[in-house]
Amino acid sequence: MFPNKILPYLLVAPQLAITLAFFYWPAGQALYQSMLRQDPFGLKSKFVWFANFRKVLADPAYLNSLKVTVVFSLSTAIVAMGVALLLAVMAEKVVRGRGLYRTLLIWPYAVAPAIAGMLWLFLFNPSIGSLAYLLRSLGIAWDPLLNGTQAMILLVSAAAWKQISYNFLFFVAGLQAVPKTLIEAAAIDGAGETKRFWTIVFPLLAPTTFFLLVVNTVYALFDTFGIVHAVTGGGPGKSTETLVYKVYNDGFVNLILGDSAAQSVILMVIVIALTAIQFRYVERRVHYG
Amino acid sequence: MRLLGFAASVAATLTLLSTSSAFAVTQISWWHAMTGANAEVVDKISKDFNASQSEYQVVPVFKGTYPETLNAGIAAFRAGQAPDIIQVFDVGTGVMMAAEGAIMPVADVLTGAGMAFDKSQYLPGIVAYYSKPDGTMLSFPYNSSSPILYYNKDIFQKAGLDVNNPPKTWNEVWEDAKKIKASGAAACGYTTTWLTWIHLEAFAAWNDVSYGTNQNGLAGTDVELKFNAPIFVNHFQAIADLAKDGTFKYGGRTSEAKQVFLAGECGILTESSGGLGDIVKSGMNYGIGQLPYDSDAKGAPQNTTPGGASLWVFANKSEEEYKGVAAFFSYLSKTEVQEYLHQKSGYLPVTLAAYEATKKSGFYDKNPGRETPILQMMGKAPTENSKGVRLINLPQVRDIENEELEKMLAGQQTAQQALDNAVTRGNAAIQEAIGN
Repeated sequence: MFPNKILPYLLVAPQLAITLAFFYWPAGQALYQSMLRQDPFGLKSKFVWFANFRKVLADPAYLNSLKVTVVFSLSTAIVAMGVALLLAVMAEKVVRGRGLYRTLLIWPYAVAPAIAGMLWLFLFNPSIGSLAYLLRSLGIAWDPLLNGTQAMILLVSAAAWKQISYNFLFFVAGLQAVPKTLIEAAAIDGAGETKRFWTIVFPLLAPTTFFLLVVNTVYALFDTFGIVHAVTGGGPGKSTETLVYKVYNDGFVNLILGDSAAQSVILMVIVIALTAIQFRYVERRVHYG
Repeated sequence: MRLLGFAASVAATLTLLSTSSAFAVTQISWWHAMTGANAEVVDKISKDFNASQSEYQVVPVFKGTYPETLNAGIAAFRAGQAPDIIQVFDVGTGVMMAAEGAIMPVADVLTGAGMAFDKSQYLPGIVAYYSKPDGTMLSFPYNSSSPILYYNKDIFQKAGLDVNNPPKTWNEVWEDAKKIKASGAAACGYTTTWLTWIHLEAFAAWNDVSYGTNQNGLAGTDVELKFNAPIFVNHFQAIADLAKDGTFKYGGRTSEAKQVFLAGECGILTESSGGLGDIVKSGMNYGIGQLPYDSDAKGAPQNTTPGGASLWVFANKSEEEYKGVAAFFSYLSKTEVQEYLHQKSGYLPVTLAAYEATKKSGFYDKNPGRETPILQMMGKAPTENSKGVRLINLPQVRDIENEELEKMLAGQQTAQQALDNAVTRGNAAIQEAIGN
């Protein structure tokens, strides 16, 4: 009775409409913009095909920001996941007040990225920061305003700190799913604590770890704009200018819309590639227990 | 900031709703970037103007920081939803000027509404900066400031310096800074906000040396940067040398260094005259001096150039709206309005009459130092080098300068290398920008 050929399409239509309106349309716009050379007000524009891409890819500042992004994302993901795993394993051992520990460790996730950035900025501000004062009295010449490496360390700490709680939550859940019987059996067989962790717990945590790896990489790549903006603004020099920050800076501060759009298209390609690689190759090797 | 913006837009909407039904008044939208005390000035001026007549209603809307406001205006124009008036900071002047089809020159707005427009009423240094090479005034100077020198009198006392005699030349600044550091009166001697504005753009004008060709961009958009000349190199090498042992302290690219000075960490600061409010509020025992000049420069000190922002009018508006804008601008030029603006916000008055009236009222006797930025700007008739710097992509060029100077301060390159690199990269960026 029902027009069966059309109904499925009708049911999918809202989803399709949303995808078209919020993904394909803007993405198409970005692609079109990236082939234009335009003044900020859009009064004059010229279609230049791939000239913007050629220019961006030949720009040493862009290659630098690519390098900065790789260093930043990897460090952030590793630090955030490493610390979270350590905390989760340790919190698991606590017998009394376990709930309290967990709650306290989850709190930082509620802090907005820009606020997190400001907090770290205040703590480590070379002039007024209390922790900066401590570092200086320890004989460390702390000046992230001029020292690029220190600025990067500050940024990674702020970004990772923000993400630790989230990772912690998932690791705690993952740890609870590890069958106690396996661990006890290993203990009876004489396996030490470290051995038990690396041969039983860690492999069984692999699905969680993989999931978090994806989430953390995406977070470090795209969600850290607020932190970069608040803490370093891309400086000193260009030592903390990530790809996303450069898109903003070129497009919204310097008003070079064509370059900025070309960079967003490149970013889009990177995301698509990353997702494909992660799901095609990495996920296959993950052991789902 | 966000919250403030939200509150401002709610307030604006409410005013809109409450009055538009009663009269057929013409709405004039005004997007601005003022916060704190300066935002109160914007609201008060608008309210007073609205109360003074019944035909037009100015609706001020806060749009975030200066760059955010400019971007909001550009995006709105592209979407065909531009406001009538937008406040654009000095650095964005070149961007607006290049957009001829998007803006309506203020001079045309005023004469089009049948109002006589007498340029000689305004402070010449300010008007020159916001005019086309042929003299047509393009935007209305709203808030203008000028860099000056602040010093902490308590620190001067402790270091054994004369508290009534601030340094006049850069060499004196370096000497005093070294004494402050050596005597232990403060952790650092000298710091500055806006390295690019104060030490490149204002430095060039004040010492009457060229920042770039084509009158620093005022005569045309094709500019070749010239700030790697020996006088600049010597100046920045001196700063780089002082930075090594912390006698000079870098605070950041914009006005962060003000906090360093307010915290009592440095004895001397160069900052915009618009920053005075915070320093007064801190209760510090401060003194004000003129912006230092380079004793090697012939004819220095020349005059400083205006920073701050001006009001631009968008194109393609109705005649009624332009009439309203013209009425508002002539209200803004009134002596008592300018006097209020100047005394309350610390920005410069834009008309000579307001300056004279403030002087007569004894305001400067009670507030010594408040006249300094005006005297600096009016001291001498501007030369080719001292009308200001206008580049089609000044924000980008400033970024480049900051990046190279930061590398210099970190000890990775000399002043000569830093300025050479900045000039090369800046020139390439300018060519790219005008090549559109």
